[in-house]
Amino acid sequence: MALSGIQIYKLLPQTNCKECGFPTCLAFAMKLAAKQVELSSCPYVSEASKAQLEESAAPPIRLITLKSNGYEVKVGNEVVLYRHEKTFYNKSGLFVKLHTSQIENALIEETRRINQYQVNYVGMDLEVDGIAVEDDTHDPAKMKAAVTAIRSVSKKPLILISSAVDVLEAGLSQLSGETPLVCCANSTNWEKFAELAGKYKAILAIESDKIDEFVELTEKIKSKGIEDLVLIPNGKNLGHNLILQTQIRRAAIKANLRALGYPTLAFCSSPVEAAQAITKYAGFVVLDEFAAELIYSLLVLRQNIYTDPQKPIQVQPGLYEINNPKENDPVLVTTNFSITYFSVANEVEGSGLPAWLLVADAEGMSVLTAWAAGKFDADRIAKAVKSTNVTDKLSKHLLILPGSVAVLSGEVEAELPDWEIRVGPREAVDIPKFYKLALQVN
Amino acid sequence: MPVEIPKDKWPGSVRTVTIGALPKDGGTRKCTVTVGGETTMPFLHYEGEIPNRPVVAIEIMDRQPDDWSPLLAEAWKDVMDDPAKWAVAAEQAGADLLVLELSLNNRNGEPTTPDEAVSAVKSVLAASGLPLIVFGPGQAEADNALLVPISEATKGERIVLGICEDKNYRTIVATAMANDHLVSARTAMDVNLAKQLNILISDMGLPLDRILMDPTTGALGYGIEYGFSVMERLRLAALQGDKMTQLPMIVTPGYEAWKIKESKVGEGVPETWGDWLNRAINWETLTAITLLESGADVLVLRHPESVKRVKRAIDELMSAKELV
Ligand code: B12
Ligand code: SF4
Repeated sequence: MALSGIQIYKLLPQTNCKECGFPTCLAFAMKLAAKQVELSSCPYVSEASKAQLEESAAPPIRLITLKSNGYEVKVGNEVVLYRHEKTFYNKSGLFVKLHTSQIENALIEETRRINQYQVNYVGMDLEVDGIAVEDDTHDPAKMKAAVTAIRSVSKKPLILISSAVDVLEAGLSQLSGETPLVCCANSTNWEKFAELAGKYKAILAIESDKIDEFVELTEKIKSKGIEDLVLIPNGKNLGHNLILQTQIRRAAIKANLRALGYPTLAFCSSPVEAAQAITKYAGFVVLDEFAAELIYSLLVLRQNIYTDPQKPIQVQPGLYEINNPKENDPVLVTTNFSITYFSVANEVEGSGLPAWLLVADAEGMSVLTAWAAGKFDADRIAKAVKSTNVTDKLSKHLLILPGSVAVLSGEVEAELPDWEIRVGPREAVDIPKFYKLALQVN
Repeated sequence: MPVEIPKDKWPGSVRTVTIGALPKDGGTRKCTVTVGGETTMPFLHYEGEIPNRPVVAIEIMDRQPDDWSPLLAEAWKDVMDDPAKWAVAAEQAGADLLVLELSLNNRNGEPTTPDEAVSAVKSVLAASGLPLIVFGPGQAEADNALLVPISEATKGERIVLGICEDKNYRTIVATAMANDHLVSARTAMDVNLAKQLNILISDMGLPLDRILMDPTTGALGYGIEYGFSVMERLRLAALQGDKMTQLPMIVTPGYEAWKIKESKVGEGVPETWGDWLNRAINWETLTAITLLESGADVLVLRHPESVKRVKRAIDELMSAKELV
């Protein structure tokens, strides 16, 4: 829990020596509480106070970073239960699980597919974050071989899963310089797992279906000097998992319970489980299988849930050229909400048909939202036409409106008397057909 | 060491609303559906009651729709041109209740007549004993012209009539009041607009336990995050005691998810989008699950496989009560 200025003051030397640049310790304490200065500016704080102040300044959910050569997956550091209260910050890390029993060629093939997977959503290239390797052979040599095989084609961060320390160690020994995650520690094996995590500087995940047990284990493990922990609530079903995830998040954020202030990990064997994990608090999501249509939908869900509710994702207003438009090609007008822009741009681009795409400044809103809010009207459309000098580039002045705002066509005609105004289809998917039928372009 | 998990103690609760009437209560339904009554955020059984499970409605139309994905046509095959057969198939696919949506134009491209609409509704009521929701074509004049005669012809059935919007609710509410029906009130993803419409409707004299509210949603990838957060905020407001938000929520993930490219189009899309059918079903299911977790009480879906998956999820979310 963040301390108040007065509480901080009590932990300072109270000598008012001014070396921090402030007239009194109290003034410095107030600035510290407001996070406008660093504690290190005071040379005289005792070690004990320092520890206490740092502890209180730590985020309620620890930031955990999985690392490999060239990649990082950060999770944790969340501060709210509901995204509208502020925002969710660090997107759930999405991992796909492979097995040590898989033959080498299959492992390499799967890894390559996962590693190469990249899908574009509203201008962003989205990817899988890493790979989890599960030991189902209880053979250290197989784990070592699996990790080596995966590393021959992918550098993405790894999660190693086994109940045996020697199996995990065989994998970890191949990952020097990285920060992988190992699981799963539990009430019987935790000591050996903590030792292993310490030796290899790995992040340690603890599995349980009881909140009390998590608290007990994180405290014991922390006392061994291991601080980078992840919790795996493995409830009996979807509903049980929702409750455990919520209880952990609540305890960390509302009660500032340090023992539960760690990100969580969810093993998911269905799309529904994975969707719940993303919306309800999982730091890492480990999928049982790789299927493009599943990964795509989950990456989009994750992107949606983790956008800042205060700022719609936008593109720059202006004139965009698609497929090298010429002076007699049509101008399609749309808004600068990213989803809107890319729905239209991708459609036109994919069809191979040339167009000028005129993006009006509608304050980042979709066509109908902006229209209803008065941010996408004849006036704004006319302004967009004028400010981009698109007129000078054209011999034919044909402007296509989105079908859903057909009602605007009269007013736009009045604002732009030299233009022919046509109403396009309601949905971007139908633009190519519209080109062929109404504009007679092939 | 036992740990104290912070629990929210809410002063308010969601109202219960019952859809459909049994013969003893003046209707002809073989069962009714009751939703609402929650005293906690979704499925947190350890801190409050969830007396009624969320339900899944399947959306059917009065005739073969023109613009539905070919995948849906494949799923429902030949029943799509007959609302009665479609209703039976939907019941077999696991629907808890039905949504019948009326087309603006009939098979011949002429405006759907009140007689046609009434007979579609009657044929559905005769074919299936499930409770029914009827949505007009979504244009104020046509909605009024069709919903009033339907309401009169089915007096006492406790059908949900929709969609009431700010500009077009009076006629629908009046006929629902006169004929013992319910209404569905839709607003554009905004807590205050939702409250305002509920106030306007209840000011006309319709009791609050005959209103469902539809906060509107967008599909996964097309605005779902707004729907998700508005529903969480509406439900929090209800639990905090704000009377005009204490209504069960109905949402239409099926409609939203099936109108977008990911589910409509199978060819000429990026390979990274994966298998078309699975993608489309994922799209509908994920949209629905996300809304279920933010407070939906009635989910309106289209594909039988999505219905199966969402119902299984509801089973698990409800049965967790025994686990904590
Ligand atoms: C998400 C959303 C919001 C979000 C805003 C998201 C954003 N950044 O824009 C929030 C919650 C903030 C919001 C607010 C409001 N909203 Co709103 N919102 C929606 C929602 C659910 C989805 C919109 C969306 O993102 N669609 C996806 C994008 C990609 O669609 P699109 O921009 O239309 O683009 C498509 C087509 O138009 C076409 N296209 C686009 N450009 C072009 C160009 C050409 C040439 C062609 C041919 C085609 C084409 O291609 C795209 C893909 O097919 C819709 C309902 C729904 N389910 O659709 C309501 C909706 C748009 N909202 C509506 C309203 C009324 C409002 C508010 C005014 C309500 C209020 N008073 O608070 C406010 C206005 C905002 C404000 N005052 O600040 C209404 C509009 C009603 C109407 N018909 O006029 C809608 C339809 C909901 C409803 N049924 O009532 N909204
Ligand atoms: S340097 Fe430290 S001791 Fe000196 S005034 Fe600042 S806070 Fe107080």
